[in-house]
Amino acid sequence: MAKVKIYVTHKKGILDPQGKTVETALKSLGYKNVSDVHIGKYIELEIEGRDVKQQVKEMCEKLLSNPIIEQYRFEVET
Amino acid sequence: MKFGVIVFPGSNCDQDCFNVVKDVLKQPVEYIWHADTKLDHFDCLILPGGFSYGDYLRTGAIARFSPIMDSVKKFADRGRGLVLGICNGFQILTEAGLLPGALQRNKDLRFICRHVELKVQNNKTKFTKKCKPGQVLNLPIAHGEGNYTCDAQTLKELKKNKQIVFTYHKENPNGSMASIAGIVNKKGNVLGMMPHPERASEAVLGSEDGLFILKSMLARK
Repeated sequence: MAKVKIYVTHKKGILDPQGKTVETALKSLGYKNVSDVHIGKYIELEIEGRDVKQQVKEMCEKLLSNPIIEQYRFEVET
Repeated sequence: MKFGVIVFPGSNCDQDCFNVVKDVLKQPVEYIWHADTKLDHFDCLILPGGFSYGDYLRTGAIARFSPIMDSVKKFADRGRGLVLGICNGFQILTEAGLLPGALQRNKDLRFICRHVELKVQNNKTKFTKKCKPGQVLNLPIAHGEGNYTCDAQTLKELKKNKQIVFTYHKENPNGSMASIAGIVNKKGNVLGMMPHPERASEAVLGSEDGLFILKSMLARK
């Protein structure tokens, strides 16, 4: 059994409206030194069997991320 | 002309679409459950608005794997019939790859529910032939994720092929690229649009401009 942690974020250059809004909020709280805020998704799953990385890659490309606007990375813990 | 309105779990504009087709357009219409697969006897398919699968993960991301979607793809590929995706239906069509690009959160993050003006950028499509060039239509929008986004190459192709059918007129409510409100596929038989023509097809609802689109679909020549 492996535990997989998947992070989905906006691709560089794609407008991230949530990130922008939170950045403005942080700045208004006085954190003027903050920049490049991005908000993404964190997905955890457990998976059995072989070819875990290949399968997770497929899951990310088919369903968990939209390659047009998002990028993903993942960590596998065994 | 036989219409089918596809119902996904969480669709909520299916009855509005059904009503307009049956009582205003006076055409035969059936609901199609998302788990069905048979579409052979339909001429036009409508993917209605709503919140299919609760908009979980991304809008349309799960609905695109509904059993019916393989059949919708084949239906569209054959090119004989028309497919209209409204709002969540547009989002499902982009997730399914039937239309290019993606719809993401509105620029100011708010859910916007009001009438807007749309400019008809291409009145030569099967969905807009009843419109005049550059005609301005008054239709309602109701979405939180209508911010159309695609890469620069796709945008160039959309412009070159005249696939941008509707743009927001004067003001852009959601931050969409090139003010895009609706696009058609290359073949010209699949239209996705964020505004709701079915909510503006009877005078009592404040606008009948939606009929320019729905009646264009009836005029097949």
